[in-house]
Amino acid sequence: MELYRSHVLICGGTGCTSSGSKSIEQAFNEELEKHNLAKEVKLVRTGCFGLCEAGPIVIVYPEGSFYSHVKVEDIARITEEHLLKGRIVTDLLFKEAVVEDQIRSINEVDFYKKQQRVALRNCGVIDPEDITEYIAFDGYKALAKVLTEMSREEVIETIKKSGLRGRGGGGFPSGLKWEFTYKAQGDQKYVACNADEGDPGAFMDRSVLEGDPHALIEAMAIAAYAVGSNQGYVYVRAEYPIAVDRLQIAINQAREYGLLGKGIFGTDFEFDLEIKLGAGAFVCGEETALLNSIEGKRGMPRPRPPFPAIKGLWEKPTLLNNVETYANVPQIILNGAEWFANIGTEKSKGTKVFALGGKINNTGLLEIPMGTTLREVIFEIGGGIPNGKEFKAVQTGGPSGGCIPASCLDTPIDYDNLISLGSMMGSGGMIVMDEDNCMVDIARFFLDFTVDESCGKCPPCRIGTKRMLELLDKITEGHGEVGDIEKLEKLAENIKASSLCGLGQTAPNPVLSALRYFREEFEAHVYHKQCPAGVCQGLLNFHITDGCKGCTLCTKACPVNAISGEKKELHVIDTDKCVKCGACVDKCPFKAIIKK
Amino acid sequence: MAKNIFTQENFAKLDVVIAKHKGQRGALMPILHEAQKIFGCVPLEVQKKVSEELNMPLAEIYGVVTFYSQFTLEPKGDYVIGVCLGTACYVKGAQKLIDKIKELAKVEVDGTSADGKFSLVATRCIGACGLAPVLTVNEDVYGRLVESDVPGIIAKY
Repeated sequence: MELYRSHVLICGGTGCTSSGSKSIEQAFNEELEKHNLAKEVKLVRTGCFGLCEAGPIVIVYPEGSFYSHVKVEDIARITEEHLLKGRIVTDLLFKEAVVEDQIRSINEVDFYKKQQRVALRNCGVIDPEDITEYIAFDGYKALAKVLTEMSREEVIETIKKSGLRGRGGGGFPSGLKWEFTYKAQGDQKYVACNADEGDPGAFMDRSVLEGDPHALIEAMAIAAYAVGSNQGYVYVRAEYPIAVDRLQIAINQAREYGLLGKGIFGTDFEFDLEIKLGAGAFVCGEETALLNSIEGKRGMPRPRPPFPAIKGLWEKPTLLNNVETYANVPQIILNGAEWFANIGTEKSKGTKVFALGGKINNTGLLEIPMGTTLREVIFEIGGGIPNGKEFKAVQTGGPSGGCIPASCLDTPIDYDNLISLGSMMGSGGMIVMDEDNCMVDIARFFLDFTVDESCGKCPPCRIGTKRMLELLDKITEGHGEVGDIEKLEKLAENIKASSLCGLGQTAPNPVLSALRYFREEFEAHVYHKQCPAGVCQGLLNFHITDGCKGCTLCTKACPVNAISGEKKELHVIDTDKCVKCGACVDKCPFKAIIKK
Repeated sequence: MAKNIFTQENFAKLDVVIAKHKGQRGALMPILHEAQKIFGCVPLEVQKKVSEELNMPLAEIYGVVTFYSQFTLEPKGDYVIGVCLGTACYVKGAQKLIDKIKELAKVEVDGTSADGKFSLVATRCIGACGLAPVLTVNEDVYGRLVESDVPGIIAKY
């Protein structure tokens, strides 16, 4: 085996690829060639490091030097200084990697310090396109253990004892699902993976697929053994081309190594895996809709029961878990149920991956033990709100979740706490909002999403959400009437109670949680025709402040003659005449015209 | 948009794709994905062909094509501009990008410009939230944008 004195890890996740990590890899190759270092330094293209905000990211080991926002021009310096002479290029390091002239390695940076990586353990560590690297990190060891040392019942018992719950949204105990599928009658059973990560602002499953695809393959093989299946399907959304490519490469390699196919590890167990592509329909993240879509039909949900564990794909018992849930499985098998159950809170075990985004300094992916508080996540790991703005709310659970206000920031994160706050865990998107975001507008944004994505099968969701959206449109445009808020609440309750699937049942949550914590903002829109955050155009009025020098430029710019005033004196806007075109704001040289 | 997509060559490619998947369970979606790559869209003529070959009602195929947002019945422009309207991008001002593109590329959301050069779509979250707000032009991704970046991007194409 060849030994290298340094390893250069380049992030090849979607985030960093978008900000140009491919050309950086090429530049490194050229530089290493030039300095004859190709035999001493190894380049590895890994999955996501998590801190997408700082991308493209390059890490140099053994030092763990964390270079952020790397540009092609920087590569020559990093190669000549760091790789050739052993001097870390301090000014190119991530800003928090240098504190009081002390250089910190990547693991000492605040963003990573508080994290505990189970599902993401190999992301940003190994080359996802090389099965031998996965094997070197204990890969497929859990599968070997299961096939050669454990009975099917023991595997299920281990998952049950670990307390693992579904990471895709509902939080149903995974072990129970496995047991139901195991016990279900059927000559053929399937295992399926939900990688249709449709929640806007969530990309944890994609990162696992991109950074550690073999973990999913191994886990699905373990699950197949436990429930008695020989065929698996991974349903991936077509918006994730890199993830699909890497997963396909991984499947091919696993087949080559005899880890998929017949007679795995010399036993009579056989299992194979196929990728099924989605085609852009959010509802397909709902389990029964997903099954229809794999079968090649319109992705509309089926009534439950029967649950997929009894009648799933082609009416056969089917085990369906999401990517992150599966990614935990090999670790649970290797380290034992108790190890996993020791992490987290009483009812929510293990860790959870969150995608932190919105108005936050460190956007990216992080994995924390359950029970970490929202405050720790947002202010310690996430580094707080940029531009000195005030924190307003954090949205979790995507279109099925809700907004959590500042007063609840000290709540430990787990399934049950988030539900009692009126939100939910969901797949783990976490979008931070500051004082400039209008909560009515955000509620409208989510409703707009669900109306678009409602499949149309059941009337409460198809018609009800549309009516809610119309009410919210009316309110944000400034035509809200007394009684509208109450109507919204009533509709929301009815839709929740009577929709067929999870999409409809949770669609009103963003509105209900916004009403619960930010009712005064709705009231300001309806009763006072004001948008306190200054977002809803229809409610804003232009005003001229004392900064006005009376230059009359605005008067000339106004198309409806709504501005009056003498030369060199303060001007006034007639808000009744004003059409809010903003022409005056553009013209004012003193920035004296504001929206309020 | 006078490009003729119904060439013999394209239909020959479609035959190969159908032959590859025929008989598999759930064959329709993979066939439609590949058909869209070949023709740039999945118009009725293509659906009819698939319907005959798979022995499946045309109505069912039309139902599937129109259900999923990635399948399109009409060809798109040469450059498809996708502005991400995921939550992270939305709270960081993606709507302003859309308004600017509409003005500059003379194209409506879900529409194609008169010269067939640009199509504009408001896409679902593409998962590049770390770079929000984000837009894509075909395969190219542009992140951390502000309104004033838009003219430069449009001018490149």
